[in-house]
Amino acid sequence: MTIMKKMLTTVAAMSMVLGAGLAEANTLKFAFQGDAQSLDPHGLNETFTLGFLSNVYEGLTLLDDNLKLQPGLATSWEVTSPTTIVFKLREGVKFHNGNSFNADDVIFSWKRTLSEGSDQKVRGGMVADIKKIDDLTVEVHTKGPQPLMPSEWAWIYMMDKEWAEEHGAVNAANVKEETANGYSLNHSNGTGPFEVVSRQPDVKTVFKRSENHWNTNVATNVTEVIFTPVKQAATRTAALISGELDMVYPIPVQDWSRLDSEEGVSALRGAEARTIFLGMDQMRDELLYSNIKGKNPLKDIRVRKALAHALNLEVIKKKIMRGASTPSGLMIAPQVNGHNQALNTPYAYDPELSKKLLAEAGYPDGFEITIDCPNNRYVNDEKICQAAAAMMAKVGIDMKVLAQPKAKYFAKVLAQNNYDTSMYLLGWTPGSMDVHNVLEGLLSCQDKENNVGLYNLGNYCNARVDELTKLIQVETDAVKRQAYVDEAMQIAKDEVAYLPIHQQPLSWGISDKITVNQRADNAFDFRYVVFK
Amino acid sequence: MLVFSFLVKRLFQSFLVLLSVAFIAFALFKFVGDPISNMVGQDTTLAEREKLAERLGLNDPFPVQFFNFIKGAAVGDFGLSYRHKVPVSQLIAERAPATLELAIISALLSVFVGIPMGVYTAIRRKGLLSRSFMTVSLVGISLPTFLIGILFIFLFGVILRWLPTFGRGEVVQIGFWTTGLLTWSGIKSLILPSVTLALFQMTLIMRLVRTEMLEVLTTDYIKFARARGLKENAVNFGHALKNTLIPVITIIGLQLGLVMAFAIITETVFQWPGMGMLFIQAIEEVDVPVMAAYLMMISLVFVAINLAVDILYAFVDPRLTIDGGSKHG
Repeated sequence: MTIMKKMLTTVAAMSMVLGAGLAEANTLKFAFQGDAQSLDPHGLNETFTLGFLSNVYEGLTLLDDNLKLQPGLATSWEVTSPTTIVFKLREGVKFHNGNSFNADDVIFSWKRTLSEGSDQKVRGGMVADIKKIDDLTVEVHTKGPQPLMPSEWAWIYMMDKEWAEEHGAVNAANVKEETANGYSLNHSNGTGPFEVVSRQPDVKTVFKRSENHWNTNVATNVTEVIFTPVKQAATRTAALISGELDMVYPIPVQDWSRLDSEEGVSALRGAEARTIFLGMDQMRDELLYSNIKGKNPLKDIRVRKALAHALNLEVIKKKIMRGASTPSGLMIAPQVNGHNQALNTPYAYDPELSKKLLAEAGYPDGFEITIDCPNNRYVNDEKICQAAAAMMAKVGIDMKVLAQPKAKYFAKVLAQNNYDTSMYLLGWTPGSMDVHNVLEGLLSCQDKENNVGLYNLGNYCNARVDELTKLIQVETDAVKRQAYVDEAMQIAKDEVAYLPIHQQPLSWGISDKITVNQRADNAFDFRYVVFK
Repeated sequence: MLVFSFLVKRLFQSFLVLLSVAFIAFALFKFVGDPISNMVGQDTTLAEREKLAERLGLNDPFPVQFFNFIKGAAVGDFGLSYRHKVPVSQLIAERAPATLELAIISALLSVFVGIPMGVYTAIRRKGLLSRSFMTVSLVGISLPTFLIGILFIFLFGVILRWLPTFGRGEVVQIGFWTTGLLTWSGIKSLILPSVTLALFQMTLIMRLVRTEMLEVLTTDYIKFARARGLKENAVNFGHALKNTLIPVITIIGLQLGLVMAFAIITETVFQWPGMGMLFIQAIEEVDVPVMAAYLMMISLVFVAINLAVDILYAFVDPRLTIDGGSKHG
């Protein structure tokens, strides 16, 4: 036993020496559960891919460590008319291949976001035209007033026109065309602090620190980054503890105590800006999945209130999220622009009131309903549904949980399948970090033509909320805007449009060798990684 | 002439098997989920989604989709991966070396460890070592692969820190082939996954050899060999083992396909960048072209092995051609 112990100490000491050697080179090794879809900056509008690429590509504006908007490749912007924004571009910015960044690249990148294979058409489509004033000034004409355009465009990455033309990557890579235009999938040329050295999709991507990055104040002292996707959570955790990786995410909530008890690693569990909530079908005259025929109980506000008061958010926080979630009364997280803490008190847990309300609504014995739930999308998503079902049972509602992998879940409940659900669990982070995205996507009446209410799966619909949403979109006065936001949020809350649960925790595992910034949108920004 | 018609018949049957695998697989893809919502972000408009579905031919009626698929598959063209946007055949070619290397090393391991262990346990039936081999082999046969993999990771990766917990290490590119066998980190990375994958086959071979050996050792010619005064080793290996190998070889051949299929789980646990990993990822992302190509490839391997076995039987025993298709592989 003592020999074993000695061996272990020797091995540990040796690995520490090796670790110290690595720290000199400052190679950051990290893993995520999947890979970025590709290196094409306009290929997929999804948090991980865009966050991954934010180390390589940059937009006119940037989000800092607190998700606040900062100047990026534009040093300033000015709204000169309701539909015109003039951007002053940063001088002396070089792409990784040495080319200079200028107004032509802005216009080129915008046009590229509108090409067939692009998934950034919504953001690109906010703009009607871009005029080059001079090499370092562009005048952006928006389609109608778009005060949010600068913050939305933090996700529109700038590409080098010459490079794209040289490599046949003028259009975003497209799944139906031949591979000749696939160059941008595995090659990159951005302006960011890191450049991609090599990439094998799903296997390994190697970055190195770019030498000519415009911002000399970037905190990181990392010289090289090696990224490997690791699908299995147990393998990820093991690789972190064994010291093979410096940072892995996500870590299963149930592994936190294990990481905390290990030497040299810890679990970072900040608050994510993602709000988890339950939605209810309020459009059909008869629910698809219920024993109540001929009417829809969820159209009755008393029933929705009864459901709201039946949920015990504190228990979900304690038992399922290990104390790390933030119970929410709003559909947006505190990090989101427009959040008002005064409105954030959740519905009180009051099962007696629930029973009373149900009896008043004509359901003294409750009813049956099925809730759709993903089981591999959000933190402990299926368990939340099961807990909710148990809580509903206490007030007489027999809630069945249909939990499926996200591919099947989304195929069932989304617009493409005519919102085939009676109740569902969904999570939402507004990409723009602004409340308008939530109001338009989740709280406005469904309007497929105008792409409004696309994720309002149960079609909660209130004319005043719709009206306010439109006002909020164009209002530039902060005080007036917040008054509109508060009014809309209060209506939605009073009418129990949704049942907000919580903001889920981020869950990263990091080695004690490094410090990182855990951004609330779960993007991993190498700019803030520092080896101690 | 009889042999020839038998071959034609067999080939035709193999073709039918492949076609029905394709049909069943293709029908099942309808239930895997919606490829589109995995290909676009949450802000993408309905009209855009619809356009994408149209371009991918997802709105075509099932027979049309199936026909297009078969038409492409017949010439080895499985289209572009929805996720990677590159030809599926290219993806599979990139990933095949990792899986084949893992499968071959595991097969070798199970043969060169399994057979000696089988012989040993047969000769020294009551020995302590034999008993422990037998006990360990029970574990190998009864524990699921992913559990063994995780236990190995925990023991050798986390506690002892001798071996890497995931990945393939540094690989060397030789032409179209990538190999991890030429670097130290590649070899170290190969140990845990290959042992995990080999364990089941190893125990199977060991138990098979042991049973066969026990039977052979009681036969008369072994007794005569001993009576002739031959050395123990010459009797055991030269005479006894040689006669047990025929069924063992048959099993090994048939199991090769299984090793590849089992590799899916091992690859997932160890994040081994092979075809199994590619397939699992494809299921998660509803990458239909990749799923279809992988399933077709695996069934082609099985069909080819069975066809080869059938043909060999036909040559060995021509009577089979007369009662035709009564034998099934």
